[in-house]
Amino acid sequence: MDLVTPSIGLVFWTSLAFICLLILLRKFAWKPILGAIHEREQSIDEALNKAELAKQEMARLTSQNQDLMQQARAERDEILKEAKTLKDGILNEAKKQAQVEGAKLIEKAKIEIENQKKAALAEVKDQVSSLSLEIAERVLRTQLDDKTKQEALVANLLKDVELN
Amino acid sequence: MDCNRVFVSKVKRLTIVFTLLIAFLSIKIDTFAQVDSAVVPVDSVVAESAHATSGEHGSEASHGKEKFEPTKVIMEHIADSHMWHLWGHTSLPLPVILYTPGGLEVFSSGNFHHGEHDYNGKYNNYRLEEDHVKVVGADGKVDEEVSKSVLDFSITKNVAAMFVAILVILIVFISVAGAYKKRVGKAPKGLQSFIEPIVIFVRDDIAKPNIGHKYAKFMPYLLTTFFFLLFNNLLGLVPIFPGSANVTGNIALTFVMALGTLLIVNLNGNKYYWKHIFLPDVPFWLWPLMVVVEVVGIISKPFALMVRLFANMTAGHIIVLSLISLIFIFETLAIAPVSVAFVIFMDVLELLVAFLQAFIFTLLTALFIGMAVEEHH
Repeated sequence: MDLVTPSIGLVFWTSLAFICLLILLRKFAWKPILGAIHEREQSIDEALNKAELAKQEMARLTSQNQDLMQQARAERDEILKEAKTLKDGILNEAKKQAQVEGAKLIEKAKIEIENQKKAALAEVKDQVSSLSLEIAERVLRTQLDDKTKQEALVANLLKDVELN
Repeated sequence: MDCNRVFVSKVKRLTIVFTLLIAFLSIKIDTFAQVDSAVVPVDSVVAESAHATSGEHGSEASHGKEKFEPTKVIMEHIADSHMWHLWGHTSLPLPVILYTPGGLEVFSSGNFHHGEHDYNGKYNNYRLEEDHVKVVGADGKVDEEVSKSVLDFSITKNVAAMFVAILVILIVFISVAGAYKKRVGKAPKGLQSFIEPIVIFVRDDIAKPNIGHKYAKFMPYLLTTFFFLLFNNLLGLVPIFPGSANVTGNIALTFVMALGTLLIVNLNGNKYYWKHIFLPDVPFWLWPLMVVVEVVGIISKPFALMVRLFANMTAGHIIVLSLISLIFIFETLAIAPVSVAFVIFMDVLELLVAFLQAFIFTLLTALFIGMAVEEHH
């Protein structure tokens, strides 16, 4: 059987060729190819790990930022609140002071008015008294020719005085 | 890992079957040649008819109404040749290298003029008979005795086709390796991105699961085997030069590849592997039988590899050629569409088989290596 009898020539050439191919490919192909694939796999692994780390770092930073933001917002609210109370306080104070001041002024004005009134009354009294004296003098001069009349007048006057 | 167990059991069963088969056959037959004539009677009939018709070949080669002999055509294709047929009556003559008792003899096969002429060499006269170089005696007849002493190391069609395949492999892989050096750490591109998945497939799906952590040492052998078989299988499917040779369907090539597996497995076998063969865990009365079975198993595993690849590739070629031959057998063009449709179907199937056989050969090699280097705790 030709078909299933290995011919020595083909066996020889196949062995030779295969061994040469194995040696050549091992040196020039498999070593660089497998090495490169291995290296790339490692670098991809590394890159993925790094990406994971970066992601974690990013998340950390984001949460930190959020914290900071929240803190800042709270602080701002606090400041605003403080400012408001301060403003209210100042306003109240000012109002109170203004009231006090106004009351004082009114008091002063009242006293002044009282004083003026007193002075005016005193002056009026003076004038009235001097006028009445003058009138009295004149009346007296005209009426007090008569003694009885004089006496009646005096009595009347005295009454009046007492009434005053 | 699951698949591993299935394979192991399959391999064990195969081993036993082969052992029994060989034991049975070796009782009365001493060469594989006869084993095959007993097992594959179809082939022997085919070959005999080829023998019978070949005598008329010389006269038929001259023009005229030739009778179409499908078996002869197919067997001529399947077998090796000293000429590389290109088209029509044009063939590429290949160098004939003979190792004779007298010395080395090198000449072109073109000197035979398709077997019509004898060639007067330095030491003997040679004649091409059924594509075999024979020594012609003084009486003008083939001298079989002297012919046997002449070793034929010719660059035949299969050898040349194998060299072409090797050239293609070297060009492809050295350029791919160059691409890796040039584009360090970058994504693969072009041919590189076609080759890389296959290389990774061999590493991750063939070597790693079957061999384990020691896989790196065997990667060059597995990869070379895989791609050598794959490229030869694929080139064998190309119907025109420089393909068309039935390289991986030749028993010599599969024999060498199986021998390689046999050597690499047994040279790397550790103490557990050898203990399993010579001191198996069986009752003492089974021991003589088991040792014989295991020792035959060493041979039968690569033997199965050899036969599987050879038979698959040869069968594929025979089917494709038979379908094409239909056109000439019926001597009508009407059958051509049917033939071509079936041939296309078969070629696509053969494409799958080309990958599959390279894969199976490599996978089983890896499995055998794995069994040989496995550590037991």
